[in-house]
Amino acid sequence: MSATLEVRNLRTHFFTRAGVVKAVDDVSFSVGRGEVLGLVGESGSGKTVTGFSVIGLIDPPGRIVGGSILYQGQDLAKLDEREMRHLRGNRIAMIFQDPMMTLNPVLRIDTQMIEAVRAHVKTSKAEARARARDALGMVGIPSPEERLNAYPHQFSGGMRQRVAIAIALLHNPDLLIADEPTTALDVTIQAQILAEVQKLASEHGTAMIWVTHDLSVIAGLADRIAVMYAGRVVETGDATAVLDHPVHPYTHGLIGSVPSRNKRGERLRQIPGMTPSLLSLPPGCAFRSRCGRATESCTQEPPTSEPSPGHTARCFHPVSA
Amino acid sequence: MNEPIIELRGVSKRFGPSYDAAARLTRDIAARFGKAPKSEVVHAVDNVDLVVGKGEVVGLVGESGCGKSTLGRMVAGIMPPSDGTILFKGRDLASLPPPAAKDAKLKVQMIFQDPYASLNPRLRVADIVGEAPRVHGMIPAGQFDTYLDEQLRRAGLDPAFKRRYPHQFSGGQRQRIGIARALAVQPEFLVCDEAVAALDVSIQAQVLNLFMDLRRDLDLTYLFISHDLGVVEHLSDRVLIMYLGRIVESAGTEAIFARPNHPYTQALLAEVPRIEARKRRFTAIKGEIPSPIAPPSGCHFHPRCPHAMPRCATEAPALKEIAPGHKSACHLNDATS
Repeated sequence: MSATLEVRNLRTHFFTRAGVVKAVDDVSFSVGRGEVLGLVGESGSGKTVTGFSVIGLIDPPGRIVGGSILYQGQDLAKLDEREMRHLRGNRIAMIFQDPMMTLNPVLRIDTQMIEAVRAHVKTSKAEARARARDALGMVGIPSPEERLNAYPHQFSGGMRQRVAIAIALLHNPDLLIADEPTTALDVTIQAQILAEVQKLASEHGTAMIWVTHDLSVIAGLADRIAVMYAGRVVETGDATAVLDHPVHPYTHGLIGSVPSRNKRGERLRQIPGMTPSLLSLPPGCAFRSRCGRATESCTQEPPTSEPSPGHTARCFHPVSA
Repeated sequence: MNEPIIELRGVSKRFGPSYDAAARLTRDIAARFGKAPKSEVVHAVDNVDLVVGKGEVVGLVGESGCGKSTLGRMVAGIMPPSDGTILFKGRDLASLPPPAAKDAKLKVQMIFQDPYASLNPRLRVADIVGEAPRVHGMIPAGQFDTYLDEQLRRAGLDPAFKRRYPHQFSGGQRQRIGIARALAVQPEFLVCDEAVAALDVSIQAQVLNLFMDLRRDLDLTYLFISHDLGVVEHLSDRVLIMYLGRIVESAGTEAIFARPNHPYTQALLAEVPRIEARKRRFTAIKGEIPSPIAPPSGCHFHPRCPHAMPRCATEAPALKEIAPGHKSACHLNDATS
């Protein structure tokens, strides 16, 4: 299986007045056709910036300072804005966390969707509208013909997110980046959206990067998982391997602190401290100040170990299974 | 069960449009010409009975718009109920003389979801936490600083930070400030409204542990409102499931997770993503949560329910005991008996 997307040693830094924020620092991963990669991390871990880097939405003072983003062999980091626009929304699409922010509140749904169709395909308005209607129907919006005439505020949160997904899927993209698309939604609505997305990915063979902080969602959805901490991927591998036999102490702690992994009513196993500021990261392992296994050697760059094929972790003192 | 600390009897809350003079006039004129006014009343909470015993942790679960926050706010005394009575230690809050009512209300405190919106950005931590006990004369003269330090330390904050403003703290620390503020007036009952929903996973575990420590140390009682079933399962002794303003099921935590009775509870439990479930097929109950302005007739859940019968559309099921301590509001339970 050749990878749809291969990210190698990506570095995205923000040059702020207070200093350089290394939001993404040496991140590598790949996603194949029809595969779902779960990009897991807490706020400030760089997971969203990674997604934005791939789709070329990093604004100043941020800049991709190193590495390559190979989409079907073509380096996206080297494309100019015109070439990137040709791919974005067409071959590579994104779903954002808050659908109220991504839809234009003063334009009807049909206006927005027809524009999105005609941005990439030469077609008549009527044809574009038909295509928009089919896309709405595909994501499970009842009576799509009438709903095309509605404004975003006339939809509920779950329906709005479906519209956003329909727009992302208009051109059957090869790669879909989803940035916490179900975090703001209720459990039953989240399950509906996940069901739709799962179906679409398997039918169209879309490669997906699912960015989230929610390990439970990722467990049900992802084929592979990459865990990020302070701008780096600290552990990556098959979903089962990472969730059942985590080797990095951070992954281990994160999974251990999920309530269902603890005996009811007992204290949760918690990770002490909080995520460090990316402005002044000390050299070596960024997790060492919160880590129970840290030693003197952790002030050095941790080596990459491979406990099983395809399962890697960056740590001096990996947890053995 | 221990002596009840909070008791709700037939509590309802309705929100309607508030009419100013002009709106009243047009409404009355329209009525004179035979036009019935459009009723746009939201039944946020509909006839809820609830008893919480001393030292108990009751989890209240439901999706957005089901009325769980409104119920919590009424219990905390922020909002008066439209109907029904709320008893604190057997006494009706509405009929108590003002000084006694004030004391009773101080014993019930609330912790909010958003640690950014719930703290005044222009006050220092010392004022946020210390204002209420000072106003209510709970601190002996000259002991303000020691009292304050103790409150902060108990919530896991360094007293050295008390001169700082909320924006200088992380989300988890801010939630601790909110907890310190609630505990500073020595409450016996805490209403936690999605208190960990906005926090990162590792911070969430820290705050949940703090809640459990405080329960043990201060003998607190909690009404823990959340949409996160994993958190509720871990923390609660008893769980209430709410749907469109009504409690549809209530049972001990183990019973409700092992033997959910109401079709809505069953659907909710089936759809909770769990870390143990790998590459599962997500299936979904059909439809969305209906608008509380025009809730479906009969059982509110019947348009989405896979077992709906004709009776469900006409008659609202009562919350009935189906096993000791396990109540459910579903007509299916009548059919089997």
